[in-house]
Amino acid sequence: MITAPVSAERPLHDCRDAWAATLVDLARHDPRIVAVVNDSVGSSKLVGFQDEFPERLINVGIAEQDMVGVGAGLANGGKIPFVSAAACFLTARALEQIKVDAAYSQYNIKLIGQSPGMAYGELGPTHHSIEDLAWLRAIPGLTVVVPADPRETEQAIRWAAAHTGPVFVRVSRMPVPDVMPAGYEFEPGRAVLLRDGTDVTIAATGTVVSRAVEAAELAAAEGISVRLLAVPTIKPFDTEAIVRAARETRGIVTMEEATVVGGLGGAVAETVVRHQPAPVRTLGVPDEFAPTGSASWLLDHYGVSASGALEACRELLGRA
Amino acid sequence: MTGSAATAAPADALPVFGRIGADAGREAVLAHLAEAARAVRRRDIQMVHEAGQGHIGGEFSVTDILVTLYMHVLNVAPERPDDPERDRLILSKGHAAAALYTVLAARGFIGVDELRSFVQPLSRLNGHPARTKIDAVEASTGPLGHGLPIAVGTAVAAQLDGSPRRTFVVLGDGELQEGSNWEALMTAGHRRLDHLVAVVDRNRLQQGARVAQTNDLEPLADKARAFGWDVVEVDGHDHGALIDAFAAVPAASGRPTFVIAHTDKGYPVSYMRDQVSWHHKVPTAEHVQTALDELETS
Repeated sequence: MITAPVSAERPLHDCRDAWAATLVDLARHDPRIVAVVNDSVGSSKLVGFQDEFPERLINVGIAEQDMVGVGAGLANGGKIPFVSAAACFLTARALEQIKVDAAYSQYNIKLIGQSPGMAYGELGPTHHSIEDLAWLRAIPGLTVVVPADPRETEQAIRWAAAHTGPVFVRVSRMPVPDVMPAGYEFEPGRAVLLRDGTDVTIAATGTVVSRAVEAAELAAAEGISVRLLAVPTIKPFDTEAIVRAARETRGIVTMEEATVVGGLGGAVAETVVRHQPAPVRTLGVPDEFAPTGSASWLLDHYGVSASGALEACRELLGRA
Repeated sequence: MTGSAATAAPADALPVFGRIGADAGREAVLAHLAEAARAVRRRDIQMVHEAGQGHIGGEFSVTDILVTLYMHVLNVAPERPDDPERDRLILSKGHAAAALYTVLAARGFIGVDELRSFVQPLSRLNGHPARTKIDAVEASTGPLGHGLPIAVGTAVAAQLDGSPRRTFVVLGDGELQEGSNWEALMTAGHRRLDHLVAVVDRNRLQQGARVAQTNDLEPLADKARAFGWDVVEVDGHDHGALIDAFAAVPAASGRPTFVIAHTDKGYPVSYMRDQVSWHHKVPTAEHVQTALDELETS
């Protein structure tokens, strides 16, 4: 049973639409922009790009190592490649290419992890991409972006195109409401204060930011003042915002559509241990292969939900 | 400077050779390449001996390929490392880094003196080449099976630009056991990347045993043809044969070119030649002297 439906009254969006429209727009203005895919034209929503720029869509077929290497070579040749594939295959199958060809070589390559987290929930753990944040966060020189909604997705893609260097962007398929404020401008390494508060902090990234917003609203209704931080870049990380939250509130709850091993929760825990010890609760997939179910059901199942976050806030405040 | 240093020359004696064009005449080109290859091997083995690290067997097998490319074939120059229209060379068998560094020094891309820093703390000259540290290194390599996909990408970029620039990727033969190569071979054949050349340093040995005993590649030429490539087999220590193979690119067929360069690990040094044990064994002072003596007459 699905509990605490995510903002049912607000329209929901597939962030892939924002990604695809943005890439087409960028490509119209910059001939260096090319797309590289692994038979993932449809799942990356790149049919329109392919129709408009057939020569600039390089489909290597089902060959992820080749795909990332080819992307690196295209960057060597002066192109700005957007390598787009299901996040589970892009990051797991081609991890060494991401480490060596993208990051160590510092090529100007953009890696777009489509349908990350548990977007393919029903397909099982082979198709879940919940380890990607931990893996990629451990690689030096790679920017890791996890947009929360269409506006942030568009901004992240535009920033990635303008930035020289390797960037990974998670592009969600699970429908999400708009959560980032109008006029918002993405900046790598900067957490966004969505709501100020004094009792406890919730730090959330990507698709579950909307769930964190709901949690903060539920908490307010019972007199808990939540500071809400959206964390769009896992790397570089906004250490300062987390240290301030650790100092000024009584603990931090993290929320991510990923394993609790090493992702946002890991980054927050490392930060507070080093700079400002504070209690932390990490919400995500525990150290196990998730069962089958929709992404929304799985997030609820693991308490990465408004009610789950509220419960964690109460616990940190000793009100459980 | 000339390359005819005596065997007692200091370890850092390495002449800087210019690129020699075909207009110099074939005889002069071949003499130039022979002298450069001798000087490179002489410096390389002393460098590996002093550093106590390296992969001298595979470095000596690939030296003639690298010398032919850098000293004659490639449109590259130390004065314009970022020229967008330069030819690309990617050393996929990155463990032969010491050979690459020595060739780059002999061609003027890095300082000859810097070779003394090979694998020392904070040196730019890592045990495997790093793109971010040396301009002339097109891609950081080391883990095998990375160079060919990258080379396919640089060739696709040239194809999109309608540019005549060529991409050369130099692979070890044992390296072809990595599956990523076969993904890239398929892509190159499918896209008819006729400005792409894969050169296989076919020394028949890998780290632990002979390739044929480990996971055999044969029939390698047939496999490459089946993947849509033109195949040329040459003596990988014959500079003239290598020049002719590379001069045929782009192939009239419109296909990429797969050069199987038959080489010997450790060539031409008697005690190393075709010996599995010389994959990453470090030569003693006596080994070095024997090699220097033999190189004088090779």
